[in-house]
Amino acid sequence: MTKKEQSWRRREQFIEDNGIICLQNVSKVYSKGSPAINGITLGIGRGEFVFIVGDSGSGKSTLIKLLLRELTATSGHVFVMGSDLEKLKHRQVPKFRRNLGVVFQDFRLLNDRNVYENVAFAQRIVETPAIEIRRNVPSILAMVGLAGKYKAKTKQLSGGEQQRVALARALVNNPSILLADEPTGNLDPKNSWEIMNLLDEINRNGTTVVVVTHNREIVNSMHKRVVTMKKGVIISDEEGGEYIDED
Amino acid sequence: MKISTLFYTIRQGFVNIFRNKWYSLASVATIAACLFLFGLFYSVVMNFRSIVMKAEEGVSITVFFHSEWDLDPSHEEGQLPSESRIEEIGQMIARRAEVSRVRFVSDEEAWKKFTQDQFGDAFEKYAVGFPENPLKGMHSYEVFISDVSMQSALITWLESLPEVSKINGSMLTADILSGANLLIAYVSVGIIVILLAVSIFLISNTVAIGISVRSEEINIMKYIGATDFFVRAPFVLEGMLIGAVGAALPLWLIYMLYYYVLAYIMERFTILAGFLNFVSVEELFRVLTPVSLAIGVGIGFLGSINTVRKHLQV
Repeated sequence: MTKKEQSWRRREQFIEDNGIICLQNVSKVYSKGSPAINGITLGIGRGEFVFIVGDSGSGKSTLIKLLLRELTATSGHVFVMGSDLEKLKHRQVPKFRRNLGVVFQDFRLLNDRNVYENVAFAQRIVETPAIEIRRNVPSILAMVGLAGKYKAKTKQLSGGEQQRVALARALVNNPSILLADEPTGNLDPKNSWEIMNLLDEINRNGTTVVVVTHNREIVNSMHKRVVTMKKGVIISDEEGGEYIDED
Repeated sequence: MKISTLFYTIRQGFVNIFRNKWYSLASVATIAACLFLFGLFYSVVMNFRSIVMKAEEGVSITVFFHSEWDLDPSHEEGQLPSESRIEEIGQMIARRAEVSRVRFVSDEEAWKKFTQDQFGDAFEKYAVGFPENPLKGMHSYEVFISDVSMQSALITWLESLPEVSKINGSMLTADILSGANLLIAYVSVGIIVILLAVSIFLISNTVAIGISVRSEEINIMKYIGATDFFVRAPFVLEGMLIGAVGAALPLWLIYMLYYYVLAYIMERFTILAGFLNFVSVEELFRVLTPVSLAIGVGIGFLGSINTVRKHLQV
């Protein structure tokens, strides 16, 4: 067995034992103030759908930033897809992120490019051959229901449509994990449900989905695993749980 | 890196310029303004220098040799040089680095010139008193110097030759021209350094502002897994293209301006052409073109690479 194969096996075994996302006693303290995350331990298995909920300041966004390797933990270990993010070098981060799909509340699209170019851009980054880009992008746009709008500039789209473009971009490289940070935060209820149904469908196809949200109605209706955070710690973690009202 | 990625990067560099046309325009204008001033100053300095050099070319010293008519008290036996020795000394002078040209003036030519200067057309009338050349054996060399500041060193060396009886130099002219040369050198280096420093500051800032407004775009690229190179390359190329265009515009403007101004002066003030030696357009641009382009492209490159680096830590 080659070294590469051995490393892959070890990683797979680690994911099997600890989950595709694994946080071990993780804390994050910013330069001033109290810790944003305080000694949390969390495991998310391959193919799971997990809601992370909690009030503002509970540490949800910091958690997403740690998973994206935008931040590193002050103490503890963050493992994503078997990689210890602490040990990841700066030049290894892009390759790591290509296995993560990410969707934000504010969509973060390249507004001077059209729908097709926004999605194709994610494929160009991973140096996908042009012929495959031409095949993959229309297919993923059809999946999110935007096949007819590939030429439109993103600013001409509604909020729901922009979020679908962001989803298409996140999915086009077949990521193992999809991180969604308040994906319905800027959408009306109808569009919010459409996006959540898409995320559910993506999860049924095998992608691990982690959704940070404030949307109580959606969390309570979807009966998924719900991790509730408060002041940097996990106060509940329930399969088929509900959004716990803090007040 | 795949070839398709390389082409994509190059294409993006061009596309970025048009996407951010106002910042591109501002950057091009800043670079063009700075390099126009630089080019203008360079043209003036080069012409001034050329005029001084032309004046230097006219500076010469005359070297006389001992002759049998020599009344010099230092004249000793055995110092009369043979014609072959005079020729040999002429070759030695010509080989010296500071010498641009050596002209042999025979005793015949010297006498002819003297009579022309003194008597003009009435020479025949007065020549009867001189059946023989009174300057017989008084050959000399007219030595033209390429660098007037070296005149005294040359004179010292010539004085060390026993065959040389007298040297006529023009120390005052040499001193004035050396001083003017030094002044031009110091002033031009000073002003060019200031102009370059101002240019680098202005251009880097303009490029930096242009990129800073696109930090969001850089963030998005990094979030979806773009490498630093993939993010940086189009911006760097864009910076270099802006630099190249910003340098090419003033070059073209100065070329046209210089060409027509020179033609106008030559046509309207023909008297100046005799003693003012203007640098030709081709000669001027042989240096100005690569220097301006290097400055423009170099600053565009450094400005963009530094600014993008600040936004890559995502």
